Amino acid sequence: MASANATSPAGPSRFWDRLNISTKRVIWAWAFLALPILFYTGIRFYPTFQAFWLSLTNWDLLRPAQFIGFANYEKMFADPMFWKVFQNTFLYLIIGTPVSLVISFVIAYYLDRVRFMHGFIRALYFLPFLTTAAAMGWVWRWFYQPVPIGVINGFLASIGIAQQPFLRSVDQALISILIPAIWAGLGFQIIIFMAGLRAIPNTFYEAARIDGLGDGAILRKITIPLLKPTTVFLVVFSSIGFLRIFDQVYNMTTNDPGGPLNSTKPLVLMIYQTAFSSYQMGYAAAQTVVLFTILLIVSLLQLYVLREKK
Amino acid sequence: MTATTTASTELAANRRDIRPGRIIAWTLLFIGGLIMITPLLFMFSTSLKTSGQVYDLRLIPAAPTLDNYVRVLSDGRFMQWFFNSTFIALTVTLSNVFFDSLVGYTLAKFEFRGRYFIFLAILSTLMIPTEMLVIPWYLMSSQLGWIDSYWGIMFPGLMTAFGTFLMKQFFEGVPNDFLEAARVDGLNEFTIWWKIAMPMVVPAISALAIFTFLGNWTAFFWPLIVTTSKELYTLPVGISSFSAESSIQWELIMTGAALGTIPTLLVFLALQRFIVRGVMLAGLKG
Repeated sequence: MASANATSPAGPSRFWDRLNISTKRVIWAWAFLALPILFYTGIRFYPTFQAFWLSLTNWDLLRPAQFIGFANYEKMFADPMFWKVFQNTFLYLIIGTPVSLVISFVIAYYLDRVRFMHGFIRALYFLPFLTTAAAMGWVWRWFYQPVPIGVINGFLASIGIAQQPFLRSVDQALISILIPAIWAGLGFQIIIFMAGLRAIPNTFYEAARIDGLGDGAILRKITIPLLKPTTVFLVVFSSIGFLRIFDQVYNMTTNDPGGPLNSTKPLVLMIYQTAFSSYQMGYAAAQTVVLFTILLIVSLLQLYVLREKK
Repeated sequence: MTATTTASTELAANRRDIRPGRIIAWTLLFIGGLIMITPLLFMFSTSLKTSGQVYDLRLIPAAPTLDNYVRVLSDGRFMQWFFNSTFIALTVTLSNVFFDSLVGYTLAKFEFRGRYFIFLAILSTLMIPTEMLVIPWYLMSSQLGWIDSYWGIMFPGLMTAFGTFLMKQFFEGVPNDFLEAARVDGLNEFTIWWKIAMPMVVPAISALAIFTFLGNWTAFFWPLIVTTSKELYTLPVGISSFSAESSIQWELIMTGAALGTIPTLLVFLALQRFIVRGVMLAGLKG
C-alpha cells in the first residue's frame, strides 16, 4: 500500500502516474485482497485438503504420518461406537429440529401480534441465546440433580411424581441435554421467524380477509407458504447446529463426556476424544470427513429446495 | 377501492380492541417467557445464597449476600479468564470489521479479472465445518509454537466468509456516485473505502461486530483444544473446568456462571434494538 502513495515524488510514483485509472484500481483491488487471500489459503483451504489427506494416514502425533489408504474409514464403519454416535447425532437432529422450529414458530406467530410490552417479552425469549453453554451446562446439571439439590426433582417431589434420574440414565440423558440445547437456540429462531412474518406484505392479509378467510385459513394458505424461504433457512441452520452439537454435551457430562455409556455422545465429541484424548489424529480426521459429507448434503438439499421454488 | 379502505380501518380497529383471545395469548406468551428465563433466575438467585441456603429452593434468597461474588472475583484466575475472553473477542471483532469489510467492498465495487472466482472461493469456505479444520490447525499451531497463546486462540477467526458476504451485500447498495466524486477529488482508494464507504454501512458493521463478539465470547471448541495452561483459558473454558477443582460448591459455580453471563446480558440490554435488528439483517441476508 505504501507504493501506491501517489503524492511522493520518487521514482516508483512516476511509474504509478503513468498507469491509467482502471489499471490502478485493479492494483488497489489486489492489494486489498493480498492478506485475505493468504489467510483463506493458509487457514481454510490448505487445512481442508490436509484433513482429507490425514484421514488416509495413521498419524498419531508421535510418528510421522504414513499413508494407509482407507483403513481409517474401514475401521470406523466397523466400529459399533461410531454407529452408536451416528445414531445419537441423528437423534439430536430428528428431535431437536422439528421441536425447536414448531415452538419458535408458534411463539413468533403470536408474539408478532402482541403490542403490549412487546420488547420485554421478546427479550425474555431472546436472553438464553446470549448465554454460553459452559455456564448454562452447570445450571442445567444443577437443575437435574436428585433432591435435595435439584430444582426439577424438587418440583416433581412436591407434586408427588417419582424422582427422575435425568443425566444419570441411559434413556433420559440425551433428551435432558437436548432440552437446554433447544432452549438456548429458541430466541434466535423466534427473531428470524418474526423477521420473515414482517416481510409478508399486509395487502395479502387484507385481501384474504375481504375474501372472508378466517385466521386458520390465512395461516395455512398465506403465512406458511410465504414463509417458506425463512423456514428452509431455519431448518438448515438448526439442522447443522444439532449435527454439530458439542458444547452442551461436553459441559453437562464433564465427568464422563458423552456418557452414561456413550448414550449422549455426538459425532463432534467422538472426534474431539479421538483426536485430543487418544491422539489418533488420522482416525479423527476420517471422522471429520464424514461430518463434512453429512453437512454438505444438508446444505445442498437447501439449495435444491429453494431453487425448485423459484 | 373503498372496500379496501374500510377493511384496513376495520383491521386497525381490531388491532386496538382487546378481545379475550388476545389476553389469553398474551398471558401464555408471558408465562412462556418467564419459563425461558427460569434457569437464569435460579442461577442469579443461587449466586446470592450462602452454602447453607443452597438446598432452599426458594427463588428469592432469605438473606441475599454478595460474598460469593467477592470470593470468585478475588481469585485472580477468574479475572484473568475474563480479561482473556474480552481481549480475544475484541481483537477478533476488530479484525473482522476491518478485513471482512475491506474484502466485501473490494468484491462489490472493483472490476477485475478473477473477482467472481475469489468471491466463490471465499463463499465456499462456509461449507467447511470448523471441526474438520481443528486437527490441521492444531498441527499448524504446535509446529509454529502457537499452542497456549492468544494468537493461537484467535488466528482461525480473524476473517470470516459470513462477514465478508454480509458486508459485500451492503456495499453493493452504496451509490457509485459518491465514490466517483471522492475519486475526482483525488482521494486514494483506501481513504475512499475508509472515509466514504464505511460510514454508509454502519448498521451492517454493527451487526457484524455484535455477532462476531458474541460468537467469540461464547466460543468453546477451539479454545478448549488450543489452550493447556489455566492462565490462557477463556471464560467458557475456565468455567467448564470448575468441576475438576474440588467437590461441587453450587453457590460458587452459579456465581461463576452468572459472571460469565452478565456481560452479554448487559450488552444486550444496552443495545437491544441493534441486536435484534442485527440478527434479522444477518439472518435474512446471510
